[in-house]
Amino acid sequence: MPRRAPVADWARDFDVLAPEYVDEPFGIWEALRATCPIAHTDRRGSNWLPTRYDDVTAIAHDIEHFSSRKIAVIPLEGAEPDDPLLPYGLPPISADPPLHTWTRRLLLPWFSHRRVEGYEQLTRDLCTGLIAGFIDQGRADAAAGYAQQIPVRVIAHILGVPADLSDTFTGWVRDTLEFADDPERRRRGSDALISYFSAEADRRQAIPGDDLLSELLHAEVDGVPIERSIALGAAALVLIAGIDTTWSAIGSSLWHLATHEEDRRRLVAEPQLMALAVEELLRAYSPVTMARVVTEDIEYEGCPMKAGDKVLMNFPAANRDPEVFESADRVILDRAHNRHVAFGSGIHRCAGSNLARMELRIALEEWLAAIPEFRLADGGDVTWAGGQVRGPRTLPLVFS
Amino acid sequence: MKIRVDAAKCQGHARCYGLVPELFDVDDYGLSSVIGDGTVPVELEERAKLAIANCPEYAIEEIAG
Ligand code: HEM
Ligand code: SF4
Repeated sequence: MPRRAPVADWARDFDVLAPEYVDEPFGIWEALRATCPIAHTDRRGSNWLPTRYDDVTAIAHDIEHFSSRKIAVIPLEGAEPDDPLLPYGLPPISADPPLHTWTRRLLLPWFSHRRVEGYEQLTRDLCTGLIAGFIDQGRADAAAGYAQQIPVRVIAHILGVPADLSDTFTGWVRDTLEFADDPERRRRGSDALISYFSAEADRRQAIPGDDLLSELLHAEVDGVPIERSIALGAAALVLIAGIDTTWSAIGSSLWHLATHEEDRRRLVAEPQLMALAVEELLRAYSPVTMARVVTEDIEYEGCPMKAGDKVLMNFPAANRDPEVFESADRVILDRAHNRHVAFGSGIHRCAGSNLARMELRIALEEWLAAIPEFRLADGGDVTWAGGQVRGPRTLPLVFS
Repeated sequence: MKIRVDAAKCQGHARCYGLVPELFDVDDYGLSSVIGDGTVPVELEERAKLAIANCPEYAIEEIAG
C-alpha cells in the first residue's frame, strides 16, 4: 500500500481511502454537514463529496449535469471507457439514457419481487449449510466464512455459472472494487472476469440455457439483436454489483448486532421486526458510494463544478442526515419513517434491491435462529474495506 | 382515505409493497401501482401512511376522494 498524506482539512482535501474514513466516517460527515456540506479534494482528480440528503438526491436526479459514464469512486488511471472489450462499460450502471433505459429493462424482470421469492429457499439452504459448518467450533469469521459466501452463490445460480467457482468470482470482484491503490490488480481482476464471461458466452451462443447470461446474449430490442459487448457488460455488472455490496450489508449488520446487545436481543425476541430492521441496518450502514461525472461547468449550491469533475454519490452520508432522520446516528430497529437511499435514488435505483433485501433478511434470520448470542472475539481484529463499498472483511465472532 | 402512485416519480424501490402488499402491486419492471382505485380500507390507513413516509422518491400521495 502506498503511503498517503494524512488529511488535515476534510472540507478541502478529503480522502475516502484514509483509514479513519474507512473505519468510521460518521463523525467526519457530521462535521462536514455543519461546515462545508459539499467537500472537495484534488486527490485522484477533482472530486466533490456531498453529505446532505437533499444534495445527494438532487444530484442523482439531475442526470443532465451529472452523468453515469464514470462511476468508479477511485478511477483506474488512464484506463477508463475506451476498453476494447467493453466499449459501453457495464450498462445500465455506467450508462445514461437512452442506453440506460433499455439495458436496465433487460435486467429488471430477473430481480422482480416475484422472481426473488423463487430464490429464497436456495438462499436459506445456503445459510443453514454454512452455519452447520462452523457452529460447533463456537467461533467464526462472519465476514469471510458467512456473509461473503452467500450472495455470490445466489448470483452464480441466476447467471447460470458454476457455484463452485465462487471463490474465484469473489477474488475477481474484490480485485476490481477493493484494491483501489493497486491499478494493476484491479485491471487483472476485471480482465479475468470479462474473459471468463466471454468464454461462457461462446458456449451459450451455440447452446442457450435458461439462465440470465443466455437470455442477455439472445436478447433483441425492437427486433434487433443487442451487441455482445452489452450482454457481457450487463452480466459482469450483475456479478460485480451483486456480491461485494450485499455481503458488506450482511457483515455490517452482524457487526452491529455483535456490538449492540439490546438490539440483538430485541430482534431475537421480536422476529416480526425483521423487515423494518433490515431497512434500518441498510440505512445506518449503507455500503455503496457511486460517482457521477459533471457534464458541463455548473455552479451547484455555490460550488464551482467543472466539466469532468466527479461527484461522489454519498448515499451512506445522506442516510445519516439529521435533517431527514431523527437521531440519525442511532440504530432504531423499528424506525417508522425511513426514506433511506442505500439503493440509490432516481433512475439508477439498484436493480437488485429486491434480491439484496431478501438475502440480508434470510442471512440474519438464519444466523439469529441458530446463534442468538454472539459477540466480537476478544482481541480479534475487525477490518473494514471502503471506497466504493464499505463493510467488514474480517469479523471474528464467538458464541457458546 | 385514497392514495395514488405517481408513475413519473416511482423508481421501483418496492418499499410500499414490502410494507403493505394489500395496497400495492409492483410489476416486473419495478413500477408500483395501487390495487383497485386506491381507496384505503380504514384498518389499513395507518400502514398506508407508513408507505407514504417510506417511499424514497416521494411517489405516493394522498388524494381527495
Ligand atoms: C445491499 C446490497 C446492495 C446495495 C447497497 C446496492 C446499492 C446500489 C446502488 C446505490 C446503486 C445505484 C448506483 C448509482 O446510482 O449509480 C445500485 C445499482 C445497481 N445495482 Fe445494486 N446494490 C446492492 C445489491 C445488488 C444486487 C444483489 C444486485 C444484483 C443483481 C445489484 C445490481 C445492481 C444493478 C444492475 C445496478 C444498476 C442499476 C442502474 O444503473 O439502473 N445490486 N446498487
Ligand atoms: S416505494 Fe415509492 S418508488 Fe418504491 S415502488 Fe413504491 S411508490 Fe415506487
